[in-house]
Parts: sequence; structure tokens; C-alpha cells
Amino acid sequence: MTGLAIDDISMRFELPKGGSVQALKNVSLDLKPGELMSVLGPSGCGKTTLLNIVAGFLAPTEGKVVLNGETVVGPAAERGMVFQQGALFEWMSVRDNVGFGPKMKGMAPGEKREIVDHLLDVTGLGDFKEKAIYELSGGMQQRVALARCLANDPDVILMDEPLGALDALTREKMQGLVLKLWRETGKTIILITHSVEEALLLGERLLVMAPRPGRIHKEYRLPFADMGVNADLREVKKHEDYNPTREEILSMIWNMEEEIMGRSETSA
Amino acid sequence: MTILLIYIALFVGSFFAVKAVGNFLTAKSDFTSLKTVTFGDESAVRANRAASVMSIVAIFLIWGAFTGSSLVPIHAPGPFIGDTTFTYTATADGQSDEGTVRVIVHPVADKPEAPEMAPGDGFAKDDIALIGAWRSGLIRVDQNDELGRDAGAVVTAVNGTAIEPDGRVQVDNGVVNMTRRGTLNFTPYRGWQMEPVWLPSPETVFWRLVELSRDGYQNFRLLEHLGWSLLRVVAGFILGALVGIPLGYAMGLSDWFRGWFDPIVEFMRPVPPLALIPLVIIWAGIGEPGKIILLFLAALWIMTIAARAGVSGVKITKVHAAYSLGASKWQVMRHVIIPNSLPEIFTGARVAMGVCWGTVVAAELVAAEKGAGMMIMVASRFQLTDIVITGIILIGVIGYGIDILMRQAENFLVPWKGRA
Ligand SMILES: Nc1ncnc2c1ncn2[C@@H]1O[C@H](COP(=O)(O)OP(=O)(O)OP(=O)(O)O)[C@@H](O)[C@H]1O
Ligand SMILES: [Mg+2]
Repeated sequence: MTGLAIDDISMRFELPKGGSVQALKNVSLDLKPGELMSVLGPSGCGKTTLLNIVAGFLAPTEGKVVLNGETVVGPAAERGMVFQQGALFEWMSVRDNVGFGPKMKGMAPGEKREIVDHLLDVTGLGDFKEKAIYELSGGMQQRVALARCLANDPDVILMDEPLGALDALTREKMQGLVLKLWRETGKTIILITHSVEEALLLGERLLVMAPRPGRIHKEYRLPFADMGVNADLREVKKHEDYNPTREEILSMIWNMEEEIMGRSETSA
Repeated sequence: MTILLIYIALFVGSFFAVKAVGNFLTAKSDFTSLKTVTFGDESAVRANRAASVMSIVAIFLIWGAFTGSSLVPIHAPGPFIGDTTFTYTATADGQSDEGTVRVIVHPVADKPEAPEMAPGDGFAKDDIALIGAWRSGLIRVDQNDELGRDAGAVVTAVNGTAIEPDGRVQVDNGVVNMTRRGTLNFTPYRGWQMEPVWLPSPETVFWRLVELSRDGYQNFRLLEHLGWSLLRVVAGFILGALVGIPLGYAMGLSDWFRGWFDPIVEFMRPVPPLALIPLVIIWAGIGEPGKIILLFLAALWIMTIAARAGVSGVKITKVHAAYSLGASKWQVMRHVIIPNSLPEIFTGARVAMGVCWGTVVAAELVAAEKGAGMMIMVASRFQLTDIVITGIILIGVIGYGIDILMRQAENFLVPWKGRA
């Protein structure tokens, strides 16, 4: 059995002062190899928690994650992660950052070099191979993070707001890059975002989550990611279905946020 | 007090002088100089080099001016040196007579022979007295008088001004006090300068330095004294780092180590190493082992805490990233935790070196056969203030040099510090 199966996961955080938070409740999900899924939801609905469980950093209180027939028990190279920022190693050059995964595997230097050079060229970092991380802009750093993850050739790539800290223009370019890499490499990708547009453009499947307890609210299947692979993303936004879907999701999340606000006001 | 006021005046005065004259000299057109918000932006405040130079000049100026240095053109008024006289009036059995006292105030170092002097007429004979500069002396004016104190003679006036026991009269170049028992005491004018035993002049210190480096002091060459102090520091520091850094890592990575050593480290951290000197002397004596144990202890806790802080300071996302890139525990340690903790360890090492240097000097003050601290301690027993000051300056220069070296090493080895 191939693909990623998230099987009826629940997560409850026991608080040190007593009481607990139900971060996730009965979340189930199946991803086929090569699928690209974006996840949206109001703040605090458990997106990061879900991703951390899939990555293996957290063990769920109930349920399990199965990848290619094997239950996930901890982090491993087959599930790569791209963080929002600050996860690069400042003490290494760009090249060494990208080559970290292959080096950990004990890959031969020549082979490693080939992979790293290729990925740095693909991500447009060809001229920055020997630079230090702190000499790069935020957008370049995220491209390094992406390249580093790909260099390890994982089955699944998990991204937690990878473009959240970038400006609008850089972000748009990076979205194109993600789509391109997705198509070229055929990786299974889960991408968390706060931007409805990004979720629409970068999601073959789009998952909307609801808070308290964190659960799956609604799932969409969208054509935009496929279109975006070979077209300008701005053209994709002109598609007739794009705006109605966007409005629908926006008001859905808006209502959830309203509800949270209202609830905390009455409880306060 | 006066010195402080002069110092403040120099500070303010040179500020306005430099601002008025040299603005165009220091104007630079780099990025920082283009910042408009400088007040409150610490990074925009750079030391004004002119101020640093003038600060050092000011210190030497004041030092020289108040020690009568020949290097400095202006001087604070010095002590009176030379001949001065005053007269006294003695009264006995209703009759009075006047005598003259000649006081020769000489530099403390060379006391001249007292010259012969005609006693003069009347029953109160003239006197002569030798007094060192900055000192004062009792003058038994009645000693050679025909009618002395035993004959009921009392001194009633000095320079024509009436004086009583515990009284005082201002005379040329000094003050005459009368003790409770009626003896005169002459204090020559002291001036504003410092006596060499308190503060020698800069050139005295310099020539002493030259002499020390040529002849050594207390059986050891100057370089040996300083070298031994440095050697102890380096040995103690290296031992402390060799034990402290792994211990700190272990405390940052294992709950058992953390639990076991937390009480010890937290207890030992606030104990100043100086407080351990007596105990270390009891245990290990005053020899080299004792000193190195002391410095080891001084460096140990600092390095342990720095390494522990380095481990706990690692961003969890970096560790997560490394694990999901397939790193093993050991690889995470080797490629993430250790490099990430280096900046903290360097900060700790700088602190530890500073503390060790201070501690070694203190330990040598207490007991040592050689070393910078021993040198100044022995010199102070003999009131050789110039050696003491030479030693203090050398200790300061070496401490500063150590810190600069550590900073250079830091810039070279952990260039990413503070830029993550
Ligand atoms: N370590 C933890 N201990 C206790 N509660 C936690 C912990 N981590 C997360 N939570 C709680 O779980 C819930 C979900 O958190 P999570 O970080 O997954 O939200 P999120 O959807 O990623 O939010 P955001 O969009 O703001 O990143 C929140 O209510 C949060 O308070
Ligand atoms: Mg989150």
C-alpha cells in the first residue's frame, strides 16, 4: 500500500496547570503519491499540530499515521519538512545546507555535489552556492530550505507556512517554483498556509479545518494547481471558478473566526 | 575632589573643542553616518576615537601634573622645599625674649647635614630644624634656651601672634601648631602634588618598568612573573573547559545529568572563586597545583553554564529539521547542537578568561613565589609604589590583550554569531 494515510487522529495537550486542549479530533485523510494538498483554517485549529504528527515530532494521543504501509513513530528522511523560517544552519554555507541530507546518508561526495548543484540551479541559487546563510534575503533562504528538503529525496514534503514571511511579489514567484518542483519531482506535498489565494493556487486538494476541537471542515478538489504548472499564476486567477471558490472559503473561515471571537467574548 | 573637578572640566572642554574644530576630520560617509536616528540606536553609537585618545592623554596629564612629572608642562603647586624661618617669643619669670627658628625643608629621600648656626642673644636662643617635604616635625625650641621649659619658660607667640596649646599660627611656607604640652610643631606647605610613595610620576613608573624587565624582581625576571601568571590561567582555563563543556552538554541533553548536577552548579555558581582560596590552600597548599585547582574551579562553572545555555539555546526547528533530513542523534549533536552552541561557549570563555585572570592575581597576592600578583604584593610591603603601579598596568594590559585575542578568535570561528 503506497501513499500517506492519516488514520483517525486525535491530539489532546495536557496543560501543566491542569485541564487540557483538544487540538485535533478524529482527523482522517488519505493522500496518494504525488498529490498536492493545501490546508487552511483559522489560527489555532491544529494545522501545525497535524503536520508535526505526520512529521513524527509528536505522537498522537489516538490514531496513527501510515506511510507506504509503515506506521510513523518518529522523524525520518522519507518525510521532509520545510519550516517557515529559521531552520537553516547558519554555520554552514548554502551548499552544505542543501547537502546536509545526502551527507547524513553517507552519500559519496561526487554524487552529492551533483544533486546539490542541480537543485541550487533549479531554485535559482546558482550564484550563491558558497555564501553564508545570513548573507541571503528571506526569499533566498526559503529557496535554500526547499532545495535542502528536495536534496534528501523524501516521499512526502510537509510545509508549514513556508512562504508566510515573504513579501507578495517574492511569494508569487515562490508559488510558481513550488508548483514547478511538484510537477517535476512528483512528490506528495502537504502545505499549510494562511493565504486563501495560495491555498487555491497550490492545492490539487484543499482542506479547510475548523477549530475547537481541530477537525476537517470541508475538502475541495481544485483544477488550479494543474493549470498553474504551465501558466502564469495571474492568468489562473482569472478562471471563472476561481473567485467564487475564493469567496466561499473566505466567508467560511470568516464565520469560524467570528464564532471564536463571539465565544471568547461571552466566556470572558 | 579638585582632581575630579579638573577631570570633568577636561572631559567637557575637550568635547567642545573637538566638536568645534574637528567635525570635518571625523566625518565619514558610511552607512552608520547616514543614520538620522542615533540617539537610542545603540548600534549607531561608535566610540569617538578622538575622545579615546584625549581620555588617555587627560589621565597622563593629570597624573603628571599632580606628581611633578617633567613630561608635563603644567604642574599643580608642589610642596615647599627650601629654607624658611619664623620667630617665637618665650616668656619666663615675667621677662620675654624672641628667638628665630630656621627650618630646612628637604626632599624625603635626601636629608642634608644641619648647618652650624650662631645661637643669637637673649635667653631664647635661635634654633635650626630639618623637616622632610610632606612631613611635619616637632621643634623643641626651648631645648637650647637658657631658660627652658623646666625653668618655667613657655612659648607665648609665633611671629608675634599669640599662641596657646592646641593653637595654630600661619607662617611663611607652612603652619606652626602648638601641642597640648606646649611644643611647637611645624608643617611645611604641602601643595597639591602627591607624594611619590602614594603616587610616583609616570616617568618613574616607566623607568621602573625598564629596570624590572632588565633586572627582574624577587629572583625572577619580569617575563617569568607574567608568564607564570598566564600559564596558570591558561592551564586552569583549559582544564575547566575540558570538563565544563562536556558537562554542560550532558546537562543540556540528559535529564539525569541535569538533575544530578543542577544543585551543584547552581550552588557553586554564586560562590566567588576568591572565597575558595583559603580552602584550596588548606587542601593543596600554595604551590602550582593549588593555583591551578582554583582556576579550574573558577572556569569550570562558567563553562558548564555556557555550554548548557548553548544547548538549550538551539532552536527546536533546527533540531527537527536535522532529524527529518535523516540525521541520527549523534549527527544532530555533531552538526547542529555543537556548532549552534559555539557562540555561547565563546561568550562563556571570554568571561571565564577574565575571571581566571582576576583570580590568579588575587591568589598570587595571597601566596606565591612568582607571578604578577606576588610582585605587586611584595612591592607594596616595601612601599615601592612604582612597582605596584607598573604591575597593575601590566596586569590590565594583559587582561585586555587576552580579551582582544578571544574576540578575534570568536570573529574567526563563529562568524554567524548574532546574525541568525
Ligand atoms: N505544546 C502545546 N501545549 C499545549 N497546547 C498546545 C501545544 N501546541 C499547540 N497547542 C494548542 O493546540 C491548538 C492548535 O495549535 P496549532 O499550533 O496546531 O494551531 P495552528 O492551526 O497551527 O495555528 P496557527 O495558524 O496560528 O499556526 C492551539 O489551541 C494551541 O493552543
Ligand atoms: Mg501553525
